[in-house]
Amino acid sequence: MPSNKSVSDAPIVQFTNCRILRDHQLQREDLWVREGKILNPEKLFFDEKGSADVQLDCKDSIIAPGFIDVQINGGFGVDFSLATDDFKSGIDLVSQKILSHGVTSFCPTLVTSPSSVYHQVLPQISVRNGGTHGAGILGAHLEGPFISKEKKGAHPEHCLRTFEAGAFQDLLATYGSLDCVQIVTLAPEMRRSSEVIRELTKRGICVSLGHSVANLSQAEEAVQHGATFITHLFNAMLPFHHRDPGIVGLLTSDRIPAGRKVFYGMISDGIHTNPAALRIAHRAHPKGLVLVTDAMAGMGLAPGRHTLGQQVVEIDGLNTYIAGTKTLSGSVATMDTCVRHFQEATGCAVETALEAASLHPAQLLGIEHKKGTLNYDSDADFLMLNDSLYVQATYIAGEEVWRQDVSGM
Amino acid sequence: MKLIILENYSQASEWAAKYIRNRIVQFGPGPGRFFTLGLPTGLPRDHPESYHSFMWNNFFKHIDISPENVHLLDGNAPDLQAECDAFEEKIKAAGGIELFVGGIGPDGHIAFNEPGSSLVSRTRVKTLAMDTILANARFFDGDLSKVPTMALTVGVGTVMDAREVMILITGAHKAFALYKAIEDGVNHMWTVSAFQQHPNTVFVCDEDATLELKVKTVKYFKGLMLVHNKLVEPLYSMKEMEAERSQSKKPYSD
Repeated sequence: MPSNKSVSDAPIVQFTNCRILRDHQLQREDLWVREGKILNPEKLFFDEKGSADVQLDCKDSIIAPGFIDVQINGGFGVDFSLATDDFKSGIDLVSQKILSHGVTSFCPTLVTSPSSVYHQVLPQISVRNGGTHGAGILGAHLEGPFISKEKKGAHPEHCLRTFEAGAFQDLLATYGSLDCVQIVTLAPEMRRSSEVIRELTKRGICVSLGHSVANLSQAEEAVQHGATFITHLFNAMLPFHHRDPGIVGLLTSDRIPAGRKVFYGMISDGIHTNPAALRIAHRAHPKGLVLVTDAMAGMGLAPGRHTLGQQVVEIDGLNTYIAGTKTLSGSVATMDTCVRHFQEATGCAVETALEAASLHPAQLLGIEHKKGTLNYDSDADFLMLNDSLYVQATYIAGEEVWRQDVSGM
Repeated sequence: MKLIILENYSQASEWAAKYIRNRIVQFGPGPGRFFTLGLPTGLPRDHPESYHSFMWNNFFKHIDISPENVHLLDGNAPDLQAECDAFEEKIKAAGGIELFVGGIGPDGHIAFNEPGSSLVSRTRVKTLAMDTILANARFFDGDLSKVPTMALTVGVGTVMDAREVMILITGAHKAFALYKAIEDGVNHMWTVSAFQQHPNTVFVCDEDATLELKVKTVKYFKGLMLVHNKLVEPLYSMKEMEAERSQSKKPYSD
């Protein structure tokens, strides 16, 4: 069909016979893509008198925005908290492998480590777009070392630090550089944490509360200073108590500044959180729920021993413990299994489950204008899934970067 | 005139759709031979409820029409009268309208030709009557102050020039207008009545719209349904037509 596209000559692809997630609902609409972005077909039709160059039949798949994992410590034998010589190829490997889990953007996460590790590793992490080479990197998530001794979980005690001496300067010295840092998890009950939270927030870094024994008012104060996330809710924090709900109480707190929302990460692998607890959190604050994998090096590999930063971890089925203990340390869950498990455990709508892994993390990081949705002019990072939410194909910037092998796994 | 009476809104819509489909297929459109479908125009361009959005979502995005073959009146044109005149020229250039499909207002208007419009009018700017503004308020959250008061519209004369006219009328609130349109005289206060003087008109309505008609009228046309249904059964397809181009059937005419 001859067309006179006045804005651009780039090819236009029209994905037909599909249900797309838009405006919180699955709608029977076609998805139009040009130059790596979602295109508005109505404007194309009337303003440019243009039409599609290629039409692809999606065989009634669900098309959802690509998943965004904001807490992933490694996988496939790669540990982001280990300063190895081939760190760069390690991160490339993980970013390429997680495409098959539906992840199109992620935040490589570093657990509590000695300062030298941060100084060596962080300069090797750069924010970059995804593509056929792998999922996009949004920035690092630094989980620790400014966390509570009592709730260290799998983090090594000898590396924990406080803000006593120089507050923000201490943090800067420990990490070396904040250039590619997107999220920092810290314990807000620590003295001088408020100033640190304010400084980080000023630099556009998302502050998350976790590995902490803070009570509700300490947590609320942290939110008032700028904290917006809770790291793996329920895990590594005080349990909910009806007279002091602790950090968990943020889900229904009335002291959140107007116009702001508190998000919370949940590892819905069926191990880290009992499904009943998952349901309580979801029902209390459905719009804040962000699915994370918290996957570590053993994800994608056979059961056995692996490292997680300074610790040795044992994998047995879906359970990952510090070797010789019953302390959970990371997970081997993949993002798509988390989405499926979340949907099954809560009985929520398919749209809700998909948004918890795409829209909500995008909103947390303030990037929902270009990621996490299928709105016009957003980056064309999306997935084709079947009705049981198994990923059939992954697209980044409108290009197919992974497809399920028809023959099987 | 053919008056087609179906039981309800869905059935009336379906009958009309099948009729239009058969007409297009039997016409045998192709490159250089356009089936020109005329539709009434409406609201200004930029509004979210704009006619462009309405037409895109309800029609254009479901079919494989080339954008160059779509001509909508542009309510944001700098010279509105020139825009209207150019539209009339485009209709001529396309070979005239083969089939015009429209509805009827509660005040008996066709397109936005409000009561008092000349029955030989052409495409022009019209100020809308209060009835029409009230009817359109539902597209603007019921806020009357937001409803546009002017519209570009094809004229009664423009529609009369079409080779065939189909009017869709459903609902009890249109019943009086239908009565005025077909059982009373030709009158510029009920502009749809102009089509009594058109050789090829089809009115498709539901039971509720016939509430103000004489029982005699309704019985007569219901009795003709056996014949009229032959216009929609069998349903033709372009592939079949290409196969039997030589044996084209002429549409029934009264």
